[in-house]
Amino acid sequence: MATVELRFSALPAHVRTARLVAAAVARRSGVDEAVLDEVRLAVGEACSRAVHLHRRHCPEVPVLVTLVDGPDLFRVAVTDEAPAGDGADDDMDLEGLADNADLDLDAVPPGVGLAVISGLVDDVSVEPAAAGAPGMVVRMSWPISA
Amino acid sequence: MDLSLSTRTEGDRTIVEVGGEIDVYTAPRLREQLVDLVADGKYHLVVDMERVDFLDSTGLGVLVGGLKRVRAHDGSLRLVCTQERILKIFRITGLTKVFPIHATVAEAVSATE
Repeated sequence: MATVELRFSALPAHVRTARLVAAAVARRSGVDEAVLDEVRLAVGEACSRAVHLHRRHCPEVPVLVTLVDGPDLFRVAVTDEAPAGDGADDDMDLEGLADNADLDLDAVPPGVGLAVISGLVDDVSVEPAAAGAPGMVVRMSWPISA
Repeated sequence: MDLSLSTRTEGDRTIVEVGGEIDVYTAPRLREQLVDLVADGKYHLVVDMERVDFLDSTGLGVLVGGLKRVRAHDGSLRLVCTQERILKIFRITGLTKVFPIHATVAEAVSATE
């Protein structure tokens, strides 16, 4: 059972709510204050990615965020239900992004969100949400210091 | 905190002061502001991010898009930022190599290539 579970409509406006809730639960769980910015950014990126995919594939389906407190880790899982294989999670070469930024880019490619998470969080995984079901789950965790 | 935007001119530079949170929800407003400035013939932009509390990859995308637009007119887009938590995301994504990042608006305004 998750400590806090949040299910929100796939709207950009709710991503901020998810960030604030995640940071609040992380703080209460004893995650170091210095790391809370990291939690906020990583959860925001994972939720933005899920919202982006849902709006494209299944806008009526909510995004699920579960936040689990302890015993040693604060764990976050952001689950989407979008069909896999649309290229949104293609590996991003960030150096390549920098080199190509003056070419034909109006936005950073969607894989950048995951690349940012990987750059921030030591313990992160992206895997199928459940056998036979569409969607992926982004799992992240941070140590609890208190 | 929501996004706040204001612009002013210093010589041939247009300074865009951004405050609050730049994320998937608010980034379209910043994009619109940058697009409007370029449409208005403002090709040398300084984006002051000292009052930005939060920036994600959507916000980075808008800044990259802005850079692309001004460069199409031989313009420039410089950032002002000294906040470590914001600079970190530019470093992670390698964008410190793409954007000139200055410590003060005065420094950005007087900078040339």
